[in-house]
Amino acid sequence: MSDFLTTFLALLLALLLAPYLQARTDSVAKFIGGFKFVQHNGIILSLYLVGAVGIWMIGMIILPQLYMLDFSFRFNLPPMEIGGPDDVYTLKNYEYLIFGSPGSPDAFNFLHLTIFGKTILAAIFVTLINFAICYPIAYYMAQVAKGGSARLLVLCLILPFWVNEILRAFAFRILFGSGGVINELLIGAGIIDQPYDFIRADIALYSGLSYAYILLMIFPLYNAIESLDHNQVEAARDLGSPWWRIHFRVVMPYAKPGIASGCTMVFMLTAGALAAPQILGGPSSLWFTQIIYQWFNTGGNWPQGSAYAFVLLLACLVFVLAVMRIFKVSLGEIAK
Amino acid sequence: MTSESVMRLMVRFYIFLFFLYLFGPLLMMGASAFNDAGYPQVVPWQGFTWKWFGELAQDQKLVDGVVNSLWIGLGVVCVSVPIGLAAATLMMQVHQRFRTAYYTIVVSPVLVPGVILGLSTLIFWDRLGTRMDADYESFYYNGIFLTVIGQSTFISAYTMLVFIARIQRFDRTQEEAALDLGATHVQVFWKVLIPFLRPAIFSAAVLAFLTSFENYNTTVFTIQSESTLTTALASKVRLGTTPALSALAVVIVCVTVVGAVVHEILRRREAAKEAAAQEAAKRADNAKDMAMVAQTAT
Repeated sequence: MSDFLTTFLALLLALLLAPYLQARTDSVAKFIGGFKFVQHNGIILSLYLVGAVGIWMIGMIILPQLYMLDFSFRFNLPPMEIGGPDDVYTLKNYEYLIFGSPGSPDAFNFLHLTIFGKTILAAIFVTLINFAICYPIAYYMAQVAKGGSARLLVLCLILPFWVNEILRAFAFRILFGSGGVINELLIGAGIIDQPYDFIRADIALYSGLSYAYILLMIFPLYNAIESLDHNQVEAARDLGSPWWRIHFRVVMPYAKPGIASGCTMVFMLTAGALAAPQILGGPSSLWFTQIIYQWFNTGGNWPQGSAYAFVLLLACLVFVLAVMRIFKVSLGEIAK
Repeated sequence: MTSESVMRLMVRFYIFLFFLYLFGPLLMMGASAFNDAGYPQVVPWQGFTWKWFGELAQDQKLVDGVVNSLWIGLGVVCVSVPIGLAAATLMMQVHQRFRTAYYTIVVSPVLVPGVILGLSTLIFWDRLGTRMDADYESFYYNGIFLTVIGQSTFISAYTMLVFIARIQRFDRTQEEAALDLGATHVQVFWKVLIPFLRPAIFSAAVLAFLTSFENYNTTVFTIQSESTLTTALASKVRLGTTPALSALAVVIVCVTVVGAVVHEILRRREAAKEAAAQEAAKRADNAKDMAMVAQTAT
C-alpha cells in the first residue's frame, strides 16, 4: 500500500513541478508572483481560490483518473489481499480485451473487439447523421429566420430536452415497438404485413442516439454561423455561385470551430452513452459502455472494467486530437 | 412556380419534418399516458384514463429516487457553484503562460465520457477508504456522497464556463476605480465582482441542479445500493414497460415547463432592471455633459 502512495505522490510532484521547470528562466519572478497572488487577494480569498480549484483539479479530476489507470494494471484481488504481496502490476486486463481468456480457442477476443469497433464506428456514423440533420436548421436559424421566429425556433428546440434521457429513450421504444405507431402505420399502408422488429435491427437505437444529442450539435453550429456576415453569402450568390457551393466554400469554412465543437461533443456522448443502448439496444447487440458496466456490476471485476474504460478514454482522446488537427482548432474553441 | 419558391417550400417542409422528429416521439409517449391499455401504446385507443398517474404516486422506489435526486442536486449546487466561481476567478489571474494548460485541465471533464468519471470516482474513494480502514458505513462508500462528488467533477466545469462567459463582459475599469478609491482587493471581490456575477451565480445554480437531476451515466456507477430518479427509471424501463412511465414523463414536462417559465420571467426582470440602471446612468451622463457644455458656454 505504501508504494501505491509513493507512486502517486511522485506523479503528483512531477505534475506540479513540470510547469516550474519549464519556466525556470524566470522562476524567481514566479516565486515573487506567488506572493503577489496572496497580497492581491488577501489570505482568506487566496485560500478559497486555491483550495477550491486545488481540490477540484487534483482530488476530483487528476487523481481519480490516475487511480483508474493504476487499477487497470492490477489483478482482481479480494479486498483482504489488496496491498499484499500478490498486488503487483500486470498487463492481463489489456491482454484479455485483445486476446481473450488464455483458455479460449480463438486467437483474439473477437466478441469484445467487435463491440468496441462497432461502438466507435456507430458513434462516428451517428455524429455524421447528426451533422447532416442539424446543419440546415442551424443555418436557417442563424441566417434566414428573423427576430421573433428565430426565438420561437430556439424555444421549440430546447423544449423536448427538458424530458430526461431515459424517458426520451423510452419514447423511442414506444414508437418503434411491435405494437408502436410506426409499425401500425406501415401495416395500415400495406407496406408490410408483419410487425417489423426495429429494436433488433438497431434502427431504434440509432434514431434514439441521433435524437439524444441534437442540441449539442445545433447550438455550436448556430453560434458559429450566426456571426457570419450575410453579405458574404449575398456576394457569393451575386457572383453566380450555386447554393451548395456557397455552403461548402463560404459558410462551412467559416463555421469550422462550431462544426468541430459539435462533432466532438456528439461523438463523445454517443460513444460514452449508456442509457440509450441499455433501453433501445437489441438483445444481441451490446455497446462498449455496457461491457464496462457489466464488469463493474455483475462481473465484479473492477480492474478489468478500468482497463476497458481506459481504452474508451483513449479512443475519445484520439478522436478529439484528430478533430483538432483536421479542423485546425484549439481545445478552447471546442469546449465552449 | 419559380425555382426560388420551390426551394422555400422545401425548406419549410424540412423544418416541419425536423420538428416532427423532435416532438413526435414525445407526443406519442404523452398520449400513451392517458390510454387505458396495459402496454404503453396509442393505437388502438382503449379509452381515456387517469389511473397511470395514481399508480405512479404509489411507486415507492420512484418516490425515494426523486427525494435522493433532489438532495443530490442540492449537494451538487453547493459544491460546483463555489468551485466554478473560484476556477473562473483564478482564470483571470493565472499567468498568461500557464493559462492554456490550466484551461485544458479544468475543461477536460466536459470531454470525458460520464461513465469514466463515475467509475474513476468510485475507484478513487474505494481505494482511499480501504487505505483508511474505514468501515462500510462511512462516507467513502456512501452512494449519495460519491454521486455528489462524481457529478460535481464535470458540473463544476459547466458552472465555470457560465462564470467565464459573464466575466468576459466585466468592465475592468470598475475594479480599477474601486481600487483607486481605496478599496482592498478583497472588498473589490465581494462588493464589485460578486454583485456583477449575481445573475451568473443564479444561472449556474439552475444549470447545475438540472444537470445533476438528469444525470445517469455518472450516477449509475457512483450510486451503488441507493437509487436516484434516473437509475430507478432505467431499471424499470429495462425490466418492462408500463404506461405509468409515460405518466411520469408528462409530470416531468409539466414541472420543467413551469420552472422554465418562472426562470425566464425572473431573468427578464433582472435584465430589464439592468437595462433601466444603464439607461439611468446614461441619462445622468448626458445631463452632466449638458451641464458642462452649458458651463463652458457661459
